[in-house]
Amino acid sequence: MTLPATTIAQARDGLRRGDFTARDLTEACLSEIGAASALNAFTTVTAERAIDMADAADRARASGEGGDLLGIPIGVKDLFCTEGVRSQAASRILDGFVPPYESTVTAKLWASGAVMLGKLNMDEFAMGSSTESSVYGPCVSPWRRTGDETPIVPGGSSGGSAAAVAARLCLGATATDTGGSIRQPAAFCGVTGIKPTYGRCSRWGIVAYASSLDQAGPIARDVRDVAILLRHMAGHDPKDSTSAAIDVPDFEAALTGDLRGKRIGIPAEYAEGLGEETAALWRKGAEMLRDAGAEIVDISLPHTKYALPAYYIIAPAEASSNLARYDGVRYGHRAPLDQGDGVTEMYEKTRAEGFGPEVRRRVMVGTYVLSAGYYDAYYLRAQKVRTLIRRDFETAFGAVDAILTPVSPGPAFGIGEVTGDPVQMYLQDVFSITLNLAGLPGVAVPAGISANGLPLGLQIVGKPWGEAELLNAAYALEQRAGFAAEPERWW
Amino acid sequence: MTELSYREPEPKIIAGVKGDWEIVIGMEVHAQVQAKSKLFSGASTEFGAEPNSNVSLVDAAMPGMLPVINAFCVEQAVRTGLGLKAQINLRSVFDRKNYFYPDLPQGYQISQYKHPVVGEGEVLVDLAPGVARKVRIERIHLEQDAGKSVHDMDPEMSFVDLNRTGCALMEIVSMPDIRGPEEAAEYVRKLRQIMRYLGTCDGNMQEGSLRADVNVSVRPVGSTEFGTRCEIKNMNSMRFIQQAIDYEARRQIANLEDGGTVVQETRLYDPNKGETRSMRSKEEAHDYRYFPDPDLLPLEIEQALVDRVADSLPELPDDKKARLVGAYGITEYDASVLVAERANADFFEEVARGRDGKQAANWVINELFGRLNKEGLRISESPVSAAQLGSIIDLIGSGDISGKIAKDLFEIVYTEGGDPAGIVEARGMRQVTDTGAIEAAVDEVIAANADKAEQARAKPSMAGWFVGQVMKATGGKANPQAVQALVKAKLGVE
Repeated sequence: MTLPATTIAQARDGLRRGDFTARDLTEACLSEIGAASALNAFTTVTAERAIDMADAADRARASGEGGDLLGIPIGVKDLFCTEGVRSQAASRILDGFVPPYESTVTAKLWASGAVMLGKLNMDEFAMGSSTESSVYGPCVSPWRRTGDETPIVPGGSSGGSAAAVAARLCLGATATDTGGSIRQPAAFCGVTGIKPTYGRCSRWGIVAYASSLDQAGPIARDVRDVAILLRHMAGHDPKDSTSAAIDVPDFEAALTGDLRGKRIGIPAEYAEGLGEETAALWRKGAEMLRDAGAEIVDISLPHTKYALPAYYIIAPAEASSNLARYDGVRYGHRAPLDQGDGVTEMYEKTRAEGFGPEVRRRVMVGTYVLSAGYYDAYYLRAQKVRTLIRRDFETAFGAVDAILTPVSPGPAFGIGEVTGDPVQMYLQDVFSITLNLAGLPGVAVPAGISANGLPLGLQIVGKPWGEAELLNAAYALEQRAGFAAEPERWW
Repeated sequence: MTELSYREPEPKIIAGVKGDWEIVIGMEVHAQVQAKSKLFSGASTEFGAEPNSNVSLVDAAMPGMLPVINAFCVEQAVRTGLGLKAQINLRSVFDRKNYFYPDLPQGYQISQYKHPVVGEGEVLVDLAPGVARKVRIERIHLEQDAGKSVHDMDPEMSFVDLNRTGCALMEIVSMPDIRGPEEAAEYVRKLRQIMRYLGTCDGNMQEGSLRADVNVSVRPVGSTEFGTRCEIKNMNSMRFIQQAIDYEARRQIANLEDGGTVVQETRLYDPNKGETRSMRSKEEAHDYRYFPDPDLLPLEIEQALVDRVADSLPELPDDKKARLVGAYGITEYDASVLVAERANADFFEEVARGRDGKQAANWVINELFGRLNKEGLRISESPVSAAQLGSIIDLIGSGDISGKIAKDLFEIVYTEGGDPAGIVEARGMRQVTDTGAIEAAVDEVIAANADKAEQARAKPSMAGWFVGQVMKATGGKANPQAVQALVKAKLGVE
């Protein structure tokens, strides 16, 4: 086994056996990161801090400690505020912003002994599905189509996290998911990601995009690894009023792969507009779960088609308000002003320069849908749709234990291929946003390879707070899918 | 419980050129919640700290920061609601009111829009003994205060102080039940009084703890419809409130009588010029894009909390006033003076316990308050304690000192302190009731002023001069009634 081409679970065991040290593992990652600048996955590398943390982990191990994450090197999405380390949400408006505080999720990871390698690329303010809209420039997937050198997007917004894990630059990564931003990039990059139940992980210290939808989660090599990471990211935080006071179970202990007695739903509505390749994979996935002992049940989620429009009202509405704080007054970018410019000009110029086109678009849309005279027609109606979608799932979960769907309509696309068409880009999220609207947990598991050689994923949806059972279903799928493909190293 | 009866006051009528007009006023009072920390952050609310020293990461709206409700501020709002006999809403919702301003770091104010924590209530505004206006309260909601922009420290730059950012405010919204400038000021005074009793707002207008937006409209006397209103923003003095309303009402009347209209708009009062001027029109009004704050869950209050707060409410001014009138036989006017501050009423009751209520009220209000006011002191800073003042009153009652000596004694106790009875003893201030001694003094004065005695026999009103002379001769210690009786007897006048 060459470092760091290992899973977190393998590394944990290797560290426990003394096969290698956290320092060895960390240095191997740093060396891989150094060689992978072509991917543009890491935006900030905290090499010194990583070595210090690794040494501290090795010392802790020598004195008898040995938690799951002790000495495990991971990357952090740039959306998480990390104390003393540049945290810009991939936006120019937060140019040079170094927080004097640490997000709750990352603080928990460091407290568990994890080692911070650096910050990961993403779509600006997590708005996007390709990690092309980043002030650091686009992140490139380690994957390529068969016999084709076209640069491929890693998905988004957590594209840096998925690409870094897929390229073995780190063992795991933090990510966030507002409409599919963990699951879609995980699927595009052939790795595993879980968006937990809304309220499972604290949002404190994570730059907000759409507060009622944002949720942090891990991306890693496989189901076991995300189970390990999630346990150390989750938990009630009194600093986040929407975080739930619910115990965090040992998710890893739930991984048996045995689905006997479980019922898995296949929602008819998700077949609409699906490519044949993805549809076939979906059918195959259902067979695999049946093979694991589950009963496959046809279900209906009748309001699915309203999810995308509702999402693109609610998310921008919240974003337009959440991003109002970036005004050039206290931190981040402030536009140079001309003689006679007042505070209005400062706002206009700063925000026009500081935000990229997609962020500006969503701020405009969000401002519009909340405006007097439009609120009822847009925002209020979207909230009603949201309630209906939540009810669809509640009804479905009366009859099934989990739901199997595709993650995205097709495999990853080339850089620049979809950028010019925002609606086409929004359609990337059509199967994933329903979960955010309903607050439900979902896992993306790599399950196949497309005809042109790119990974394809399947999504399993779980009941609220049922991540343990959900991860076990994902584990059963993973075992049977046997996804072993690796990107060919071209970087 | 005793209740005082009252009648509604006459509305203030302004005579225009063409007819008489009535003023209709509704108010939004912003009261800073008395609490150690802010509404959604742990930062201190202390007034007068160094600029930007009471600012948490949440107040400064750093990326990723989240608000967490301060339960004590909620309790204070509930307490205020109960004090205003209002409905407490067990479920309320925090919304975001979006607008850009440098002293509003989040770019939105967290407020309550559609579902406030407190619903309808009422306030009895006392205007004169037996005259009061009942002003209905529409709602009270909790919201964040903004910071302070400073524009006059530098020719090029503006500065921002975020110390006040995020402090909890209660916005108390009245119905348009107020009918004149004096009523408006009295309404604010009464709210302030009640909140000070409750301990929910210190009511300090100079420090900005209490500010009012005043909605003013006018209508012809007899009309039952409301005219178009203008809102005068951010008034922080009772005097300015009255002046602004008066000016604004006259401005609107002049407009209407000239055949013009009143434009609905926000106006500012300029106390230097004594006039209001337009700040922004309805068309320029902000679109605040209210929506429920997704960072906060709906605010759920348990009935048990409401019950607990209700049980802990102090006796409020109206009840206290009625009780003082009933229990001590004092006038409603005196009772009003005494209940203005809870500490004043408490002091009075300590003095009045076991003594004559009217006499106690007289001493507390006229002597003590008069003296304290002269020096700008509060009752808590009084050099004379309730026990000392009671003791002075007792010395009058027992006949040991006269009312006049009592005032001298009060002055000594006020300036030097000490036990009043001891001072009377030590300084020989006890009044002379020994008839023999007084008689001798009277005889002496009459003998020394034979001519005047002669005149007095013809003109009995001159007897008073002899009384005065005897009092002077005895150093004021003679019992005045005894002196008077003896003078009259000796002069043979009736």
